[in-house]
Amino acid sequence: MEMLALLGDGFATSLSPLNLMVVLLGVTAGLFIGAMPGLGSVNGVAIVLPLTFIVPPSSAIILLAAIYYGAMYGGAVSSVLLGIPGASTAVATTFDGRPMAQQGKAGLALIAAATASFVGGTISVVLFTLFAAPLADLALAFGPAEEFALVLLAFTTFVGLGGDDKLKTVVMICLGLVLSTVGLDLISGQPRLIFGDMPGFYSGISFLVLAIGVYGIGEILYTIETSKTAPQVTPAKITFRELGAGLKRINKMWKTMSLGSFLGFFVGMLPAAGATPASLMAYGIAKQTSKEPETFGKGNIEGVVAPETANNAASTGSLLPMLTLGIPGSPTTALLLGGMVMWGLVPGPMLFIEQPDFVWGLISSLYTANFAAVLINIALIPLFVWALRMPFTVLCAIVIVLCIVGGFAPSQKMHDVWLIAAFGVAGYLLRKADYPLAPLVLALVLGPLMEKSFRQTLIAEQGNVLAFIERPLSGFFIALAVLFFVLPLVQAWRRTARRAIAPAE
Amino acid sequence: MAYTFTRRAALAIAASAALVASSATAVLAEGWKPQKPVEMVIMAGQGGGADRLARLFQSIIQKERLASMPVLPVNKGGGSGAEALRYLKDKEGDAHVIMATLNSYYTTPLRTDIGVDIEEFTPIARMAEDTFILWVNADSGITNLDEYVAAVKAAGRDWKMGGTGTGQEDSLVTAMIEAEFDLDVTYVPFKGGGDVAKNLVGGHINSTVNNPSEQMGFYNAGKSIPLVAFTPERLEAFPDVPTARELGHDIVYAMQRSFVAPKDMPQEAVDYYTAMFKALSESEEWQTYTSEKALMPAYLTGDALQTYFLEERAKHKAILDNMEGEGSS
Repeated sequence: MEMLALLGDGFATSLSPLNLMVVLLGVTAGLFIGAMPGLGSVNGVAIVLPLTFIVPPSSAIILLAAIYYGAMYGGAVSSVLLGIPGASTAVATTFDGRPMAQQGKAGLALIAAATASFVGGTISVVLFTLFAAPLADLALAFGPAEEFALVLLAFTTFVGLGGDDKLKTVVMICLGLVLSTVGLDLISGQPRLIFGDMPGFYSGISFLVLAIGVYGIGEILYTIETSKTAPQVTPAKITFRELGAGLKRINKMWKTMSLGSFLGFFVGMLPAAGATPASLMAYGIAKQTSKEPETFGKGNIEGVVAPETANNAASTGSLLPMLTLGIPGSPTTALLLGGMVMWGLVPGPMLFIEQPDFVWGLISSLYTANFAAVLINIALIPLFVWALRMPFTVLCAIVIVLCIVGGFAPSQKMHDVWLIAAFGVAGYLLRKADYPLAPLVLALVLGPLMEKSFRQTLIAEQGNVLAFIERPLSGFFIALAVLFFVLPLVQAWRRTARRAIAPAE
Repeated sequence: MAYTFTRRAALAIAASAALVASSATAVLAEGWKPQKPVEMVIMAGQGGGADRLARLFQSIIQKERLASMPVLPVNKGGGSGAEALRYLKDKEGDAHVIMATLNSYYTTPLRTDIGVDIEEFTPIARMAEDTFILWVNADSGITNLDEYVAAVKAAGRDWKMGGTGTGQEDSLVTAMIEAEFDLDVTYVPFKGGGDVAKNLVGGHINSTVNNPSEQMGFYNAGKSIPLVAFTPERLEAFPDVPTARELGHDIVYAMQRSFVAPKDMPQEAVDYYTAMFKALSESEEWQTYTSEKALMPAYLTGDALQTYFLEERAKHKAILDNMEGEGSS
């Protein structure tokens, strides 16, 4: 009950006219920032950080959190409309969001994404409110071995759910893992695969560069080729009837949404894991447990709902280790943490005790930010969809400019722009040869995490590989991973076995 | 898409306009003033201790209007700072670039051949020296250095010491401890000081040499215990923690937090930035921060700073040669 009283006080803070305005402003800005490929919440928060001195600290952190939140909603927009994931967390949203847009159902996909984000965000904020303190201990129980097991789990759900051609999926994962080793080795500090001595490769290949290249440029090249005779027009209209019908369909997906929310929150809470594996696992599980798994990847609305609930839930979850342990779970939360330090707030176990006004103000602002984000997002959907009605010849040029600017902006190196061009051509060729691109991109994101935690564990355990199984938490995750890997194989085997028996009867 | 683009552009313009407006009134030094935003290169990635400190400097400069133009932090953390060092080398004569340094300012050019001689750079100001403390988990039951040494001896290679990477500052201190007490521990590298702190409290490693700012939160919550400080004097924030020197072991190590500029920066510009950091070092916020985070304010400029840099480089060369000689893993 004491908690409710504190939350009540928090609402008194977050509902003050200034803070309410700050939330609306932040969410709107975040939405647009997130919707731009190449400009994620990291850039949004970084740009606004110095401006926050004009408001009191609690309002400032609320502003930053609102941008963070808005960007999470916005991420789905470019995934659905352009098929370019603006952040690694939105890759899974392209699987079904993009096909839906191509079928003229972009509006529905965006509504599904917004609603799912709202549900995911809300459920995880409630979890946050109730269990923040005890859950911090769980996050501490995660050492390198557990991290490795969790990433392994994310990978296996992916092999299980990849395209029809398993071999091609595996090949792309391997290619992504190779790309992820470029740059400085964390353990020895030696540069690897820097192509002689190209300084640009020292910092590795970033997710954005690869994603913008293969999804942005590659996709445009492919579309130019396929539509050279008849420029394609995607009829994308949105009516109230459609909206109603859409919401009714989404209403039936409570199982997927609650699963996605819980999964997202717990995975997001673990330092270093974050929203990307969470959204992937949610997608994988939704497909595995669906009655019609074959429709996934071809425009199934559930395939948009699952990752979107999970990534929003995870973004709330990742605030937990930041506030309670002072460990940022993502680059954006690292910036938030920097902001808090600037205002003299010390994140860590004592924050909840020493600064209850601040903490509960922030938590309650997450509720209001969620409401604001879903309303503003739905109101803007017609506008986003309108953009799709632009003639392809115009849209194509705009997207290419966005891709190049978006790739250059974060690092400000021409090196990255050339890489984007190279990946664009590679992406086009891979698409033509029918290789799935998502495994490539996700392996690049998860690869460094996996390699690092694997080697840390081996160093710490002096080469004892069994350590992964001996530790209860990591053993549990490894067992799950094996199950996920074997299950589709068993199912396939039973299907063929049944088919083999059938003619005999 | 067109709409989102214009909106975003408008946002960016509004943001930069506000920045310029907020600092337009600032007047600090007579004479030379920056003509465009000043780039503050950070030798480390986003979110780490060095990054946080650099952004704190930026925020104080902005808030107290110490510069007539905005200061823009740019992370160039690749190659333990190699990326930043190369970048600064290519900016010869530029009056609008400064770089925030840490000890990889000496160690990186020593360990990897990147064609950079730090003697060529223009020293601006040393703001502080960050300190190192040996920490253990509160559940370990270890409360002093003797118990620590006994426990590590008993555990041998099973003793896990966390850090931020071979060749980094904490690994040097770890090597010094190993040499002083004749220990042999397993050194496990993590991505940053915060990550190390969390793994110590979570019981995944047994001890670490962290900056106080990285452990402060856990220390206040009673989850980690400081055993010994590697500083010349006891720290104000930790009056009960003995220094290694007091206990008869001569291990003193500090991490400088300074600013340098490219080779041949115009003298007026050097004067401008020196005055700016002087004002910063006297600001109330900085004073509060240093005492709370157990940082030693150590303002130093000009030739004295260059002499300091060169002495430190020689010291680090000796330490690194020593480490490699042992073939430590």
